[in-house]
Amino acid sequence: MKYELQPAMPPPSNLIGVVGWLRKNLFNGPFNSVATIVVGFFLISFMVPVIQWIFIDSDWVGDSRDACNSGGACWVFIISRLDQFLYGFYPEAELWRLQLAFILLIGSIVWLVMPQTPKKGLVAVWLLVIYPVVAFFLLYGNSFGLIQVETHLWGGLSLTLVLAVVGIVASLPLGIVLALGRQSEMPIVRSVCVIFIEIWRGVPLITVLFMASVMLPLFFPEGMSFDKLLRALIGITLFQSAYMAEVIRGGLQAIPKGQYEAADALGLGYWQKMILIIMPQALKLMIPGIVNTFIALFKDTSLVLIIGLFDLLAIGQAANQDPKWIGYSTESYLFVALMFWVFCFSMSRYSQQLERKLHTGHGNRA
Amino acid sequence: MSHSQATDKLMVELRDLNKWYGEFHVLKNINLEVRQGEKIVICGPSGSGKSTMIRCINHLEEHQKGDIIVSDIPLNEDIKNIEAIRKEVGMVFQHFNLFPHLTVLENCVLAPIWVKKMPRKEAEARAMELLERVKIPDQALKYPGQLSGGQQQRVAIARSLCMNPDVMLFDEPTSALDPEMIKEVLDVMIELANEGMTMLCVTHEMGFAKTVADRVIFMDGGQIVEENEPHEFFNNPQHERTQLFLSQILQH
Repeated sequence: MKYELQPAMPPPSNLIGVVGWLRKNLFNGPFNSVATIVVGFFLISFMVPVIQWIFIDSDWVGDSRDACNSGGACWVFIISRLDQFLYGFYPEAELWRLQLAFILLIGSIVWLVMPQTPKKGLVAVWLLVIYPVVAFFLLYGNSFGLIQVETHLWGGLSLTLVLAVVGIVASLPLGIVLALGRQSEMPIVRSVCVIFIEIWRGVPLITVLFMASVMLPLFFPEGMSFDKLLRALIGITLFQSAYMAEVIRGGLQAIPKGQYEAADALGLGYWQKMILIIMPQALKLMIPGIVNTFIALFKDTSLVLIIGLFDLLAIGQAANQDPKWIGYSTESYLFVALMFWVFCFSMSRYSQQLERKLHTGHGNRA
Repeated sequence: MSHSQATDKLMVELRDLNKWYGEFHVLKNINLEVRQGEKIVICGPSGSGKSTMIRCINHLEEHQKGDIIVSDIPLNEDIKNIEAIRKEVGMVFQHFNLFPHLTVLENCVLAPIWVKKMPRKEAEARAMELLERVKIPDQALKYPGQLSGGQQQRVAIARSLCMNPDVMLFDEPTSALDPEMIKEVLDVMIELANEGMTMLCVTHEMGFAKTVADRVIFMDGGQIVEENEPHEFFNNPQHERTQLFLSQILQH
């Protein structure tokens, strides 16, 4: 018997295009249609006043609260204090140092994130190894002819970024080491890692920060002081690395045993096996978890306000206390929330892009 | 049927090999000598310890008693010896175990570059030569996930050969393949055998055993039940257990 291949036909017209989409997703049966209309009504009746308050009735230009008389949001408040939101109490004459450090940071990150830029490896080395040193001298000074800026003057978005970037850059490698240690066949290494991870995971970050700022100095010898910011940084890093270790351990467990065996059979040593075979695959699986931890870390940095560091949120609250601007806390909180959201959302989007890029077809699962 | 290419040099030597999984005695007093150029086919029911035995040879499994000597290197706890043996012993797995994040070519050059410290150019030339031999040089820049099972297994064979091993271990290399792909893998293995490679194959491909094996070993319950050259093994099995096994797998 013979059969002929039938030509492919286009789908019925009411299933495609805008009409098809609306029918399928919003008006698919009476219940869905009613739900769409009700939800739509509430969305519109809520969003319209919000948009009106934020954009249409708001005030943007001026230099005191007298400029805010349209009944909407008073963005003048934010704009006039923008420097403080971004730079904290950093001396004005030295602001260029902060800005330079920030531009270098964003520039290198954009370079790494853009798909077509060359020499990514070099830029990564610069960002992870050289940049932190450069940034430290730029921000802290006290050498190369730069005057010293004490860390208690640091604040606002720049402090938040310092906390987050240092936390992220330091907790990932530490987390990897801890995760590998936890899987180690050497009992002492394994126990040390398990104990470390479980202790840090069992303690709230606030407690860690209190310990770092209040308790720790009690154990130091008389006269010895240790920068408060540095203590907070160490606390955050150790805390987050314990979480990171657990995320990474999950990724390591998802790698089939056959991959370890193939690497062993080829004669690769432990570190070669881990760095060349296991980690690249595991890290790919772990991207969502790692970014999740990064985002949590970024937001957790705002907890440092309880030990008297003025991060973005703390600066916002301080601004609310200003007698000249009393009554505009909604604006400052919204602005702070927007800043946090922009950074967290960018991280999330980048992780999705990275996941797609690293997808090399289904692997062989054994 | 096959004319043996074996020399007198001992490549693999197992002496009173014993292994336990916890309380469970998986390998019982295994004694086996494999000479250079010899092809050994190992068969037996599942759970008979055949895979475990060849996995002991490159220390993917640890043995608790007895001696293993591979190309004059004793296999002991010394990590140097283990790594030295692994350099000499190639292994092909049932599930290929290619590295999915690397291209076919990168899979092949990885170990020569990192373990043997071979210059990349040289390693790549050698890898292309071997991919040619397993008849897939045109897939060199693809990722394993883009290849069929048979192609993946041939890449896995080429990857092992890139290390210039003295011995090749095959752990059920065709069991995970679709029927129409088994032949292309077996063809490569037969060619390899004809070139004089020392091979230990765990497989149930009896046609392959008849064509290339110098000896067929039948294992059951963690011990070697019977060992013979293929013609005798298939036509005149001595043990009841072997007869039963052969009647079961050769029925169809």
